[in-house]
Amino acid sequence: MMRRLSAVVLALGGGIALGGIALQRHEPINALWIITAAVCIYLLGYRFYAAWIATRVLLVDPSRATPAERLNNGRDFLPTHRAIVFGHHFAAIAGPGPLVGPTLAAQFGYLPGTLWIIIGAALGGCVQDMTILLLSTRRDGRSLGQMARDELGPLGGFAALIGTLLILIVLSAVLGLVIVNAMKHSPWATSTVAATIPAAILVGLYLRLWRPGRVLEGSVIGVSLVLLAVVAGGWLDHQPQLRNAFDYAALPIAAAIVIYAWVAAILPVWLLLAPRDYLSTFLKLGTVALLAVAIVLTHPQLKMPAVTRFIDGSGPLFGGALFPFVFITIACGAISGFHALVASGTTPKLISNEADVRLVGYGSMALESFVAIMAMIAATLLDPGVYFAINTGAGIVGATPEAAVQTISGWGFPVTAQQMQSLAQSVGEHTLFARTGGAPSLAVGMASIFGSGFGRSLGAIWYHFAIMFEVVFILTTLDAGTRVGRFMLQDLLGHVWVPLGRTSWYPSVLFASTLLVAAWGYFLYVGVIDPNGGVNILWPLFGIANQMLAAIALSVATGILIKSGRARYALVTLAPLAWLAIVTTSAAWQKIVSPDPHTGFLAAAGDLATRLAAGALSAERAAVAPQLIFNQRLDAVLTVLFTAILWIVILDMGRVCVRRLRGLPLRSSSEAPYRQSQLPGPALAGQ
Amino acid sequence: MSRPFGARARRRLGALWRVLCAVSGDDAYERYRAHHAATHAGEPLMSRREFCADAERRKWSGVNRCC
Repeated sequence: MMRRLSAVVLALGGGIALGGIALQRHEPINALWIITAAVCIYLLGYRFYAAWIATRVLLVDPSRATPAERLNNGRDFLPTHRAIVFGHHFAAIAGPGPLVGPTLAAQFGYLPGTLWIIIGAALGGCVQDMTILLLSTRRDGRSLGQMARDELGPLGGFAALIGTLLILIVLSAVLGLVIVNAMKHSPWATSTVAATIPAAILVGLYLRLWRPGRVLEGSVIGVSLVLLAVVAGGWLDHQPQLRNAFDYAALPIAAAIVIYAWVAAILPVWLLLAPRDYLSTFLKLGTVALLAVAIVLTHPQLKMPAVTRFIDGSGPLFGGALFPFVFITIACGAISGFHALVASGTTPKLISNEADVRLVGYGSMALESFVAIMAMIAATLLDPGVYFAINTGAGIVGATPEAAVQTISGWGFPVTAQQMQSLAQSVGEHTLFARTGGAPSLAVGMASIFGSGFGRSLGAIWYHFAIMFEVVFILTTLDAGTRVGRFMLQDLLGHVWVPLGRTSWYPSVLFASTLLVAAWGYFLYVGVIDPNGGVNILWPLFGIANQMLAAIALSVATGILIKSGRARYALVTLAPLAWLAIVTTSAAWQKIVSPDPHTGFLAAAGDLATRLAAGALSAERAAVAPQLIFNQRLDAVLTVLFTAILWIVILDMGRVCVRRLRGLPLRSSSEAPYRQSQLPGPALAGQ
Repeated sequence: MSRPFGARARRRLGALWRVLCAVSGDDAYERYRAHHAATHAGEPLMSRREFCADAERRKWSGVNRCC
């Protein structure tokens, strides 16, 4: 009775909140409506859809022994309490993606992105994560690539490997660009971030030499040090000499990030990567919780309209119409293929009971989606004029503050140079114009929420805390991504010359790391010299790549469902797969053939080449034009490649399904045989 | 009155601490030792330092951080 009552309350709550959002179209809306609608829909999805999928579609069997139980070695295979697995899994999937994507997609207004985040997660992202987690748990924790190879064939497996490697390169470049734009000419941010490196090394030494494995002590020391660094950065910002020592343009910062990531990839993990990860995990969980509390306490009004004029494709942050680009821009937070790699990595080796996949898989993704909703709120509570002034490149709105405010006010989003100046001063920055990439505008939004919740006089501290939080977060992803990418590259290179495949052979480590860092460093460099900000090109490319990976994961899942005789339920994964295939292919098509230079890579390259030949570019822009032209063409090639990989895997899955339906022989299932669980519930680790 | 209250508070704090240790992985070595004693009693046991180095190597050789 209580369960039914709670379901009715949830349905009513969700309905009323969505109704509130729908009806208040021409007046400011309160963020609480959005929070309520999101939470109710996640809970309804969890309570009904996820439960139905678990019992009927995935045939979750609580009596079946999981690999954590069967292969328990006290280390990586370890039956663990589901709340703890949930924490580990959430910490692993929650990256900077759900913070950046919604911030950029806010150019369409708050409504399209919000609806996609909520619905995409409930019906797509959460389902993908839960399904892949169960399939991997049934296969002794095999990776997505291995499952693709085992269940579909070598072609699917190879496509998954190449796709993952390429996505790591694009992801690292775009994230690097986001932090460059947050740190350029900001001595406070740069010095704070620089201080996190010795702080992480100190924690690394502490955990290695003095107190091995005492993660909590190490994290408390590290978090205290980085918080101190935020405050010290403010002091340094007022010392003219020290200030100059940390005041850099975008290009030197980009070079420093590339060198840093290369060093981090070849150093032993305990020195930099592992301790940085502890810091960023604690900061991440703490900040997300704090943000949720602050939004509920302050329940701000959203100032961005529900839908802006930029749904026609003329948006200043990135080109392209609402369909399909809102679905590409917001990948993490709605559905993210990258999660399938985590869900088929460490997590399935910890699951103590199959029934836990609902909480761990579906639940973690719902929480991640909620983080994306908070990022959307933080972006849309700013005055739209301020939002566009921060997020639009100088190449689009003009290099001077006067030109920028005139252009943006002309779009119907009034903003003044004075307003921007006083905002910059209140957060301790020299200027906030053209800080593209999403991180600075998110930090301004977070500073505004934290400020009204916990003390407005600390605006500059809150802003730089938010920047430090985002940058530390991104650097962890960058470090970890470069390292994993290095392993994958070595795996591939090993086919060319066997010693190159040895992950412990130092020349091979140096060679593969250099190759990988050079690959994403190139895209980062071109993004930095691009007067339009670079994010407008790289983020859609990353979105297409990430959705491609999700489509690979959903193809593997659909193939397995059909192979195992559950074709009538295959729509559960086939529907999101079809949607992603449509969205990704049409976005790729537009990026390649659109005649609008604002949207199409080739059109932009052609337009720039014509203007260069006609001498219509300023000397400054003419100097970088050849590199930008080459890069746009390279991006077009990459887009074709991503789409080709996507369709190769879908067709491979289709081939397997047709063989199954015709009764032809298939690769046998790689599922581990059933064994009865002997595990007494309370004996789990963490209880 | 104060004693049972104090004892209860201490018990709750202790439970919270254990959850924190488990979530953060602070007690990973203790768990490994318990598992080792229960099922592999005759085999050599890794020292805390060896175990931590091994755990770090395993953790960072696959995808475990996301976008």
